[in-house]
Amino acid sequence: MADEVKGVPELPKPERMKVPRHPMPTQDHHVRISNFDEVATGYDPETALVEAQRCLQCANPPCVKGCPVGIDIPAFIDLLRKGDVAGSLVKLKETNTLPAICGRVCPQEEQCEVVCVLAKRGEPVAIGRMERFVADWEREHGTASTPELAPPTGMCVAVVGSGPAGLACAAELARAGHAVTIFEALHKPGGVLVYGIPQFRLPKEIVTYEIDALTAMGVTLRPDFVIGKTASVHELFWEFGFDAVFLGTGAGLPYFLGIPGENYIGVLSANEFLTRVNLMKAYDFPRHDTPVRPGRRVAVVGSGNVAMDCLRTAKRLGAEEVICIYRRTRNESPARREELEHAEEEAIDFRWLSAPLAVRGNAEGFVTGMQIQRMELGEPDASGRRRPVPVAGSEYEIAVDTVVMAIGQGPNPLATRSTPGLALNRHGNIVADPETLQTSIPGVFAGGDIVTGAATVILAMGAGKQAARGIHAWLGRLKAGEVEKPRLE
Amino acid sequence: MFAIESREEIAPRFHRFVVRAPEIARKHRPGQFVIVMPDELGERIPLTIAHADAAAGTITLVVQEMGKTTMAMGRMNGGDGFVSVVGPLGAPTHIERFGTVVCVGGGAGIAPLLPIAAGMKAAGNTVLSILGGRTHELVILQPEMTAASHEIFLTTDDGSLGRKGLVTHALSDLIAERGKPELVVAIGPAVMMRAVAELTRPLGIKTWASLNSIMVDGTGMCGACRVSVGGQTKFVCVDGPEFDAHEVDFDLLVKRLRMYLPEEQVARERYLEQCRCHEEGGGHHG
Repeated sequence: MADEVKGVPELPKPERMKVPRHPMPTQDHHVRISNFDEVATGYDPETALVEAQRCLQCANPPCVKGCPVGIDIPAFIDLLRKGDVAGSLVKLKETNTLPAICGRVCPQEEQCEVVCVLAKRGEPVAIGRMERFVADWEREHGTASTPELAPPTGMCVAVVGSGPAGLACAAELARAGHAVTIFEALHKPGGVLVYGIPQFRLPKEIVTYEIDALTAMGVTLRPDFVIGKTASVHELFWEFGFDAVFLGTGAGLPYFLGIPGENYIGVLSANEFLTRVNLMKAYDFPRHDTPVRPGRRVAVVGSGNVAMDCLRTAKRLGAEEVICIYRRTRNESPARREELEHAEEEAIDFRWLSAPLAVRGNAEGFVTGMQIQRMELGEPDASGRRRPVPVAGSEYEIAVDTVVMAIGQGPNPLATRSTPGLALNRHGNIVADPETLQTSIPGVFAGGDIVTGAATVILAMGAGKQAARGIHAWLGRLKAGEVEKPRLE
Repeated sequence: MFAIESREEIAPRFHRFVVRAPEIARKHRPGQFVIVMPDELGERIPLTIAHADAAAGTITLVVQEMGKTTMAMGRMNGGDGFVSVVGPLGAPTHIERFGTVVCVGGGAGIAPLLPIAAGMKAAGNTVLSILGGRTHELVILQPEMTAASHEIFLTTDDGSLGRKGLVTHALSDLIAERGKPELVVAIGPAVMMRAVAELTRPLGIKTWASLNSIMVDGTGMCGACRVSVGGQTKFVCVDGPEFDAHEVDFDLLVKRLRMYLPEEQVARERYLEQCRCHEEGGGHHG
């Protein structure tokens, strides 16, 4: 890779439309199914700059409105085209704290790229791939600079949870001059970025790098600390001396189907399967002490992004047959197209219109198979998707050693249950003011999956940033004596 | 890093650690546990807290060597540290004045029983404790349990200490002699807890068991620890670890505990092989 990026000229607009969108280079699928290295290998500088030339630089860019955090997309792309990668990163970081991560895991095809003017007549500008290139280039060349911090305000904020919401909130507050401590229940910070998203989609070195950047900004990390157990929210205010609290505890409660046989040995939640492999590095057992045993045949129930991660992880662990069980069709699958296509290339056996009825096991309690029911699509349901209905008499059996339940997660109740006065909705999610993200308790804010239910990294980051503004305003009023810290006991 | 202040081998393959963890010590209540990850390459294992000293900022853990992780822990010493200790996790024991409480402990289960017995005694209960082990030296924490109880009864499989037989024999005789207690708390191997539950069920004696299932995060995130209680799936780490012993599906618990036996074997053999290499390597220098 060259160490300098030379800019390329601006093309006349009709010319820009003739340049085809550049595909993302990937590891060959025959090779990648036996390693955990990143599947998408990223643009080289030449490709990134030629892709940047395609941007029409719209006066009223729809892509910016499509971005949940409102990145000035034409501006960062134009700086990239001119060869000013450092400037491009600064532009990205004005609105997005974690561009290397978002460039990889954001569903751009539903956000910025879907509304790109070029998409109307061809293929949209590859915004996510360029975002990733800019962040990777700066990280690999060590030229990224620490953002400027406001003078210390003397106010302290506790951020609970070190996932995308917590990290984004902490970064904004630190920039505003507040002293921030992030509390994390696990031994490593990063939340779902570390325990959930696999190495082959998001290398952990990138998460570590971004978290190191936060600590360089003065943010304190407290791993091994469970709010609701090690200390309560009340204690954060009155014993630890924090002036505000942000709850970004995520969607950490795995759902099961409630079908017979679900407690047989070999039925795992997606959280357990992925945590063993990603956080605990069970793929490197016995060098790492945590085991995982997918067996020869693995079924994953569900077809979202988490399900894709489980399927592809099982493949890489050496399972011979990896089967996706989903009760609707490919069209209704909530996974990103890119993830689905990658999984299809990796020879995952997709059983659309299939619903599990029971898990079968042997006398020792180990999983031996599943009973599956064929489905067909009926009338649209409340979500607007056609409701799957069982086909009578279509039950059949499959033989599997492992079943992974990837049917969604709910809010983890540890922090919320132990916080008296915190208003929750009927799903157990925290109710927060849509503007400030303040909860029913003054001085306690919340954002990300714990408020919205399981969603995306970028939405959680957006919520973290939004809460940071609410917290900043609250701290100002606290300093002015207009409000008081809450007493929860 | 959580500093180990001391390690003491209190019985063959039983180690008592005093670990610096002031925040956990301050919040600990009887019945709660911690998840410990000894080193960077380690696994996360649940360990019940045998004692917490809030003033000293330390917790006491009793570890029985079973697999690779606990064997390696047995070679750690004061001055070393654990990479991760998190807690106190799980729901605390419900302690109130019940009347007579019989605490039944087997093997490593005696350690978590200790703070519960002490708590029950402090709440005004008459605490009768039955402790059992394979042989005399495996009946751990006798002085501590004696102090935490009004009376103590010992059993060993080989008769080398106390009466020969199982804790259930002693419990059965105790009930015959003294009448039914208000509560039995049983902590030990799953088969022992099941036997206690089967003994007290027909007598209608309220019985609690503290379950020792496989865990990863310990905060309700993974569901590895799920058990069936009264026909409902529960997570030991957040809903427990104590449950009504008459409602627990012990067969399922016993089966689920066997999940990783082949891997545990691989890890243990690999570890022992490495230890042998180290010893041989050390011999050359010595």
